[in-house]
Amino acid sequence: MYLLNREQRHAVNYTWMIVSLLMVAFLPFLLFFGLYLKSVLILHDYSLTDLIFSRIWKPSSGKFGFYPFIVGSVWVTLVAMLITAPVCLLTSIYVTQYTKKFFLRIMHPAIDILAGIPSVVYGLWGILVIVPFISRYLGPWMGVKTMGYSILAASFVLSIMIIPFILNILIEVFRSIPMELKEATLSLGATEWQTIKHVLIKKALPGIIAAFGFGLARAFGETMAVLMVVGNVVRLPKSLFDPGYTLPALIANNYGEMLSIPKYDSALMFAALLLLAVSLFFNLVMHFFIVRFNKY
Amino acid sequence: MTRTQKIEEKFFKLLMIVATFFIFAVLAIIIYSIFEKGLKSISWEMLTQIPHGGYYYGKGGGILNAILGSLSLAFGATVLAFIIGLPVALYLNVFLIRHKKVIDVIRFLLDLVWGIPSIVYGAFGFSLMIFFGLQTSLLAGILTVTLFILPIMIRSMDEILRTVPIGLQEAAYSLGSNKSEIAFKIFTRQSISGIITAVLLSFGRGIGDAAAVLFTAGYTDHLPNGLLEPVATLPLSIFFQLSSPVAEVQNRAYASALVLTLIILIVSLFSRGIGKRYHKTKINF
Repeated sequence: MYLLNREQRHAVNYTWMIVSLLMVAFLPFLLFFGLYLKSVLILHDYSLTDLIFSRIWKPSSGKFGFYPFIVGSVWVTLVAMLITAPVCLLTSIYVTQYTKKFFLRIMHPAIDILAGIPSVVYGLWGILVIVPFISRYLGPWMGVKTMGYSILAASFVLSIMIIPFILNILIEVFRSIPMELKEATLSLGATEWQTIKHVLIKKALPGIIAAFGFGLARAFGETMAVLMVVGNVVRLPKSLFDPGYTLPALIANNYGEMLSIPKYDSALMFAALLLLAVSLFFNLVMHFFIVRFNKY
Repeated sequence: MTRTQKIEEKFFKLLMIVATFFIFAVLAIIIYSIFEKGLKSISWEMLTQIPHGGYYYGKGGGILNAILGSLSLAFGATVLAFIIGLPVALYLNVFLIRHKKVIDVIRFLLDLVWGIPSIVYGAFGFSLMIFFGLQTSLLAGILTVTLFILPIMIRSMDEILRTVPIGLQEAAYSLGSNKSEIAFKIFTRQSISGIITAVLLSFGRGIGDAAAVLFTAGYTDHLPNGLLEPVATLPLSIFFQLSSPVAEVQNRAYASALVLTLIILIVSLFSRGIGKRYHKTKINF
């Protein structure tokens, strides 16, 4: 029935497993090393601080300043987090502490759908709904003249996109806190909100920080949706209604011409390396918060 | 309870309800605006034809090239990721079950890789492509997307496989099975529904992502023919049509977005249904 006998089949399967495992385990190092090799060229000619803090971006005359892009990325990410963080925290507390079990069963498919919608569709939605809203209503109402394509639009779209990631982790975190803790506090006469404020949140703090950190890392690397609504203007944004430019958008917009200008491809690979480093750093730090949360 | 406490209690509860409502409302608005815009401009012609000459100026044609391209790309990547991913997930849960520390390190590495933005994979895939002297092609796209969905696939399978009770493994050992038999014949069968869910989840991620294929898959107005030819993808087709100044082409972008969203919704519905369907073959403890 089989071509090989039992021991041989075991050997084949075992080798297959080990080879796959090695491939996967080396992937992060391979990614880092590959991008590093590509960006060596530009790191050789310019110092790291020069690249990061210089403000002028003119690839054709050999000026590669990433500062506007980094500032744009940081702005977009932070504002998105400011919108998402309270919404996710409040919702996760509400669905785990106040509502019946069946509500979670409605919540989960909703989260799944939000997580499943592709980023291009989020971008399209941003163009259809958020950008006109900002240029027609929010901008004039605040007394600002704006195109709509702005840091704020990108932040808003982004804040919706990262809801599923953060909310999923937060719900897990709050659900894993033992019921006894809550019951003990309630039996001592604390109100429900006091219990949440003084006991649950304190207990869940490392988990909450980790959830926000993971969300932040996601937001920082998000490409297409941001690219479509942020405006793509290389300039330091002065207000939230100004257009900006982000690191991922820079890479995505210029892949076509990067081979025609010397060192351009190396500069873009350096941008990818920066993104990778930020993502790895955040995930690494947040991992320790999660470990800490699980320990206590 | 004092008065201020009562007000605080009420206030925060109200805030929580508002936040929860906000999430559902945003979801509803997104779904509504995509369907409303998309249904207006979708047509049979769009789904069954490739772009004709002048398509991007509003002339006739459709997006069949992108639909088929996306499907073949995501399908290829999912198959490849499955071939590499399943043995890794099984190895973790059968062979390394007694080495907690090693498992933790590997899971941690996988989580790290999961968090890497897809544009980084795209850039990496691009430099890999140049290194091997490949052109933008279906093959390069498949390889890049495989790297991108691999951690998603392995970690979701892993989460299912780790729920298989140790008793099942011990029973199989006592009957004389060796480790790879336990892995491929017992663990896979016990967790088949979860494995299918993981595969469908990865497929959905693979088909929806644009940043990873932007550099590597290229774009073409023809149907995909061959691994070494460039291939069109739905997310990129949406992106390109949307940046056109012609209103008619923009409307087609909305229709394409509807198609992509529908594909993903159907896949995720399927994965939920399958989870229930295969429950019968599972041994309950």
